[in-house]
Amino acid sequence: MTARTTTPGRFRLPAGGLIDRSKSVAFSLDRRRLYGFAGDTLASALLASGRRLVARSFKYHRPRGVMSAGSEEPNALFELRSGARREPNTKATTVELYDGLEATTQNAWPSVHFDLRRGNALFSPLIAAGFYYKTFMWPASFWERVYEPLIRHAAGLGRASAVADPDHYEHVNAFCDVLVIGSGPAGVMAALAAGRAGARVIVCDEDFMFGGRLLRERLKVDGAPASAWVRAALDELGTLTDVRLMARTTVFGCYDSGIYAALERVSDHLAVPPTHQPRQRLWRIVAKRAVLAAGATERGIVFGGNDRPGVMLAGAVRTYANRFAVIPGRRFVVFTNNNDGWRTAHDLQACGVDVAAIIETRDSVPQSVSAGWNGRIELGSAIVATKGAGLVRAAIVQTPRARETIACDAIAVAGGWNPNINLACHHGGRPAWREDIAAFVHTTPPPAMMIAGAANGAMTLAACLDEGLRAGQAAIETLGFKSRVEKPPKADDEAFSIRPFWHVRESRQKAFVDFQNDVSAQDIELSSREGFRSVEHLKRYTTLGMGTDQGRSTNVLGLATLAHITGRSISETGITSFRPPYAPVAIGAFAGHHRGSAFRPIRRTPSHSWSQQQGAVFMETGPWLRAQYFPHTGDKDWLDAVIREVRAVRTGVGFCDVSTLGKIELQGADVGVFLDRLYVNTFSTLPVGRARYGLMLREDGFAFDDGTVSRLADDRFFMTTTTANAGRVFQHMQFCHQVLWSELDVQFVSATDQWAQFSIVGPKAREALRVLVDAQCDISNEAFPYMAAGEITICSGVTARLYRISFSGELAYEIGVPARYGETLVRVLMQAGAPFGMMPYGTEALSVMRIEKGHVAGNELDGRTTARDLGLGRMMSTKKDYIGRVLAARPALIGPDRMSLVGIRPTDQSQRLRAGAHLVPGNAAIDASNDQGVITSVAFSPSLNHWIGLALLQSGAARLSERLKAVDPVRANHVEVEICAPCFIDPQGERLRV
Amino acid sequence: MPWRKYSALALVWNGLTGNRDWTVCWRDAAPRDRYDVVIIGGGGHGLATAYYLAKNHGITNAAVIEKGWIGSGNAGRNTTIIRSNYLMPGNIPFYEWSMKLWEGLEQDINYNAMVSQRGVLNLYHSDAQRDAFARRGNAMRLHGVDAELLDRDQVCALVPYLAFDDSRFPIRGGLLQRRGGTARHDAVVWGYARAADRLGVAIVQNCEVTGIRVTGKRVTAIETTRGVIRADKVALSVAGSSSRLAAMAGLRLPIESHALQAFVTEGIKPLVDHVITFGAGHFYISQSDKGGLVFGGDIEGYNSYAQRGNLPNVEDVCESGMAIMPLLGRVRIVRSWGGLVDMSMDGSPIIDLTPISGLFLNAGWCYGGFKATPAAGWCFAHLIAREKPHPFAAAYRLDRYALGRLIDERGAGAQPNLH
Amino acid sequence: MRIPCPYCGPRDLREFAYLGDASVERPDAAAPDALDRFVDYVYLRNNPAGRHREYWYHGAGCQSWLVVSRDTRTHEIFDVEPAAQKVTAS
Repeated sequence: MTARTTTPGRFRLPAGGLIDRSKSVAFSLDRRRLYGFAGDTLASALLASGRRLVARSFKYHRPRGVMSAGSEEPNALFELRSGARREPNTKATTVELYDGLEATTQNAWPSVHFDLRRGNALFSPLIAAGFYYKTFMWPASFWERVYEPLIRHAAGLGRASAVADPDHYEHVNAFCDVLVIGSGPAGVMAALAAGRAGARVIVCDEDFMFGGRLLRERLKVDGAPASAWVRAALDELGTLTDVRLMARTTVFGCYDSGIYAALERVSDHLAVPPTHQPRQRLWRIVAKRAVLAAGATERGIVFGGNDRPGVMLAGAVRTYANRFAVIPGRRFVVFTNNNDGWRTAHDLQACGVDVAAIIETRDSVPQSVSAGWNGRIELGSAIVATKGAGLVRAAIVQTPRARETIACDAIAVAGGWNPNINLACHHGGRPAWREDIAAFVHTTPPPAMMIAGAANGAMTLAACLDEGLRAGQAAIETLGFKSRVEKPPKADDEAFSIRPFWHVRESRQKAFVDFQNDVSAQDIELSSREGFRSVEHLKRYTTLGMGTDQGRSTNVLGLATLAHITGRSISETGITSFRPPYAPVAIGAFAGHHRGSAFRPIRRTPSHSWSQQQGAVFMETGPWLRAQYFPHTGDKDWLDAVIREVRAVRTGVGFCDVSTLGKIELQGADVGVFLDRLYVNTFSTLPVGRARYGLMLREDGFAFDDGTVSRLADDRFFMTTTTANAGRVFQHMQFCHQVLWSELDVQFVSATDQWAQFSIVGPKAREALRVLVDAQCDISNEAFPYMAAGEITICSGVTARLYRISFSGELAYEIGVPARYGETLVRVLMQAGAPFGMMPYGTEALSVMRIEKGHVAGNELDGRTTARDLGLGRMMSTKKDYIGRVLAARPALIGPDRMSLVGIRPTDQSQRLRAGAHLVPGNAAIDASNDQGVITSVAFSPSLNHWIGLALLQSGAARLSERLKAVDPVRANHVEVEICAPCFIDPQGERLRV
Repeated sequence: MPWRKYSALALVWNGLTGNRDWTVCWRDAAPRDRYDVVIIGGGGHGLATAYYLAKNHGITNAAVIEKGWIGSGNAGRNTTIIRSNYLMPGNIPFYEWSMKLWEGLEQDINYNAMVSQRGVLNLYHSDAQRDAFARRGNAMRLHGVDAELLDRDQVCALVPYLAFDDSRFPIRGGLLQRRGGTARHDAVVWGYARAADRLGVAIVQNCEVTGIRVTGKRVTAIETTRGVIRADKVALSVAGSSSRLAAMAGLRLPIESHALQAFVTEGIKPLVDHVITFGAGHFYISQSDKGGLVFGGDIEGYNSYAQRGNLPNVEDVCESGMAIMPLLGRVRIVRSWGGLVDMSMDGSPIIDLTPISGLFLNAGWCYGGFKATPAAGWCFAHLIAREKPHPFAAAYRLDRYALGRLIDERGAGAQPNLH
Repeated sequence: MRIPCPYCGPRDLREFAYLGDASVERPDAAAPDALDRFVDYVYLRNNPAGRHREYWYHGAGCQSWLVVSRDTRTHEIFDVEPAAQKVTAS
């Protein structure tokens, strides 16, 4: 163990950095064991151990190394973990090293060091940007069979896991006064200003350590090293009760009304999430104010061979050196167009690292920048190419005097900094180009967002601290807090200046702009030549910026190169827009717990657990689980069970849980009028103690929903809706009442969940019911006839409601009891009904009986049928206005050739009907011109002993006893059918009234 | 030598000569002061209209006027699905004609739009849904369109990686249209632009229409940020902004503008071969040739001209995704975008004359404009040239709302956010 | 998006259902041109890019229908009032 901890890695400095050298961490790359320290990222640990060629590019399979130290990394992507937890395309620069980490290189075969697809590069002239749009067209059928599979196989990066994600994800809501995004100098100052004033503050940083660039620089704040200052500031923030500090948390989206989405990586720094802990948490943060202090991202310079492993961003080199004590090379060349590159050179030199030369594109640099530098400087120069097989071995430099080869094994490139304005762009608004810093800033952020620090183009530490403070103050003062911080701490104020330099045009080698997608300056030239000169066209044609780095390392470079090539200014050229998410977010995190069986809540009926005990088979009907049928031993199949249930009901008595129906209680002097306007038929005339069937339309005149209304008292009504439309009908009624007719004296409330309701059906229903209905309630046919409704008591005093309504065509009641009695009532019913052969039945039998009676249900009420289509035209009152009345009179809604409801039966009674079959005249060709209708519902009728169905048929009512073909090409099943009236049993309705 | 025609040979020649001979895909024209026909909107529909106007009707003195860059609207912001699996008789022949045009598109316009007939599979989860799919599949078959009704085992054989068990809404089968699939959306735009340009149509970018001049009941010109352009015929092909443009001519439309988000993941090795839609939520997914999973769901549900959406919908879409494909859990979304869709009052489009003579309307495409691109262009060109609806688009009239001849695939009624 | 419900305070979009344009008024069914007016009422919309008065239903809250004034370009909400007031006030 001790030997391990003392092995710092070949490229690790003997001291320094913010790593914990006492904790060695073992991990594997392609199954080879390696070691790093706690506090390392996978990238820093790989670099420390000398792994510099770590990936292959997308198209040409060129060798690639770590380029950055942040979430903009385009190259160093791995499959992290294995099996069900395999995560493709994971950026090594964002992975916190943990014990047992498994990383696998991807998109290379057999290995990243020897990748046979490297051969693609030989054809690179043929596979330039957009090549596929110009070929693979002949023969047409080869696209799906030959070309596309080849392209698809070559494309893609890592492999996704092939099995379900075993981890879980949480969603959390949070509310705050000020959300601070980023914990660099500006973020920390904003948080201090807001936190000390007593505001509720949330500070998020995507890193696992707070401090941002303060962790990466050798700068001083108030005389102390920056990392120490930030630690003290964080300690103080930690003591403030209303400040929440969230590390490993990326704010990735800015939505309307100050809602920010953030992803907290709860367990990604562990091999597996601890018990009961999610892998990640999605935070929805509602912030009154937000301070965007997300810093800036460095960009490179486009030059020949700039993708060779060993070429890195200068700021990243500094990060690895200062934070991780890793020097990713032995001999550096620094290539820069701005002062910041010099800082890297100085820091490297301070670490005792050999810096062969600073290649500066500017002709002169400020004295303050070059002061103290005693190494080689080449002003007005550029790197035009690199050399090396695999890793970089030399830079070829064009100086004003000559072209020269400088041996080196690492090149630090400083092309300037792009403020991280992504979140500010999520509401639209165009970024503005600032010439002095050669970067885009955002001047019109979303409401209540302030941008501070490097994200706002402040390029010096003192300016960042100052802007952060002022943003924090501004945020809280508008909320009524008083700031208790007067001025920012003192900081080294390093000057920043840049002269934009984007693209070394002398380069003959491929000069890359987008490393991941292998988009080179040459591709941009080609696409410009072909007219793709809008940045969006460029992006789409070349795939520039479409990689997993979301263009963060490439977009500005690409458009600047385009501007350079087309001779336009950068502001003229414009920038592609940023959209959420700021960094890639796992689909599982968005879904949270709502997956698998928890995808949507399940609603269960009052008789659910009883039905379960009976072995019922359940089916989903919208959100509900309902008993479909109750299999008995001896039933051959489901149909057998259904036939048994129907026969039992039609000859004895059965019951069914119908609690899923929407139930609404109404009260008030004007309920009758209100219902008259809601339904096509009239309810104001309904006597107390009576129920009536009702049909309502949508305002566009099509049938909406049906149900029954019972009048319990002069001013008290109870109505039911279909299960499927319960919510929508209630909402519609609220609309009608609140918006259209708020002058009516009507109150109503949904009682769907309050009443358990059962239908008790069959010739013996009354006898069975009598056993439980209290004696003083007379339910004889005379006292309680068909369509009676009233309040009763059962089982010695339990409140109940009884409605004599029937969906089955039999003598039937619906009984409602307070929901808490629902399950008990089932048991009582079974007991009381036992002597009469009480049989529970499910939705299948329910459906069979309603089809036998020709009652319409969801299959017929499909939103395209009218009352007339359904044979309910006579219900439409002509004496009053009601919703849908006017538009129901449109010509095409009353035309005689509309499809209307009919019954059908097979002419050969042994044949089965299927819903969804279309109706075609007997001798006509089976094609669309003869398509005259469709079968909507079918059932095997135990009463008739053959299949029956309901159908919608053109001019249906006029075509009784006509014979048609029911054609069902998708099931290769054609049946001759005869049209009949849509009621197969007891057309006079005598059984209802006994 | 400049290569006008694209081919493997042209590619090799140019590859060997440094790709120096490729010329512009289409010319970026400056607006002239008069055209016979002005098409407003340089999306797939507008450009296809221009192409067929020139090719089928010989009208080449035409211009496509685009506010930004061509393809910047819904043509560049969709999930690239093509299919003709409709139920209503007014829709099937139109979308099937579109499918037929897709099938021959690349050879016709000499541009590889990557039309990929990888199959569109709609999953069903209940008997009622199965019967509804059977009804639709049968309607398609009667119109000569391919459709197959699959049971659970057949679906499982096709896409075994779906969650068949431990699912809130178990998969019981699906409706498969094998000829459905995807096409590369941007390439469709560029291909039509190139083909129209070759036939002499002017493509004018960065030219925003600010007014439509109507004299009497006749359109005479449009006003733009680049000057007034006179035209005998003005054709609106600006889904998402149809109401705004129509208002310039004093018209109100049965349309609301809504935002629709779509999502793409990081590139991964081939996983999803088909286009799959989930029947118990609103979710559709396919995998692009570049490896990204492209998916989407419902519209945001409120009037919007902001090309973006909100978080509830993102979560909803991902929940649906995880409900059928729990292996997606660790795959990361890398980009999302929002498009503006013309939600019509019955969920079906409008290709028609307007009460203003010389003003033509192509609008109301809801979710479905991309797949309609070729046929919409074909039929709209016919309408503009002949001033009579094309038979395949005969149902897409504006007066259908007054007459009650609605084409309501979902049966949702006059409520755009339910379609 | 969060909508400040006059009864419940600011609440998340998830609690609301949207209907559409609140500037349209249900016509008199007895008017001689009732059919035309109903076609207009049910189908035609101004659909403005800008300020829009629209109906929202606070279904997961107080079940009030609200009239929200909102900018359709920015989603900025200017004003929310109960729909029922509209009638009683007039």
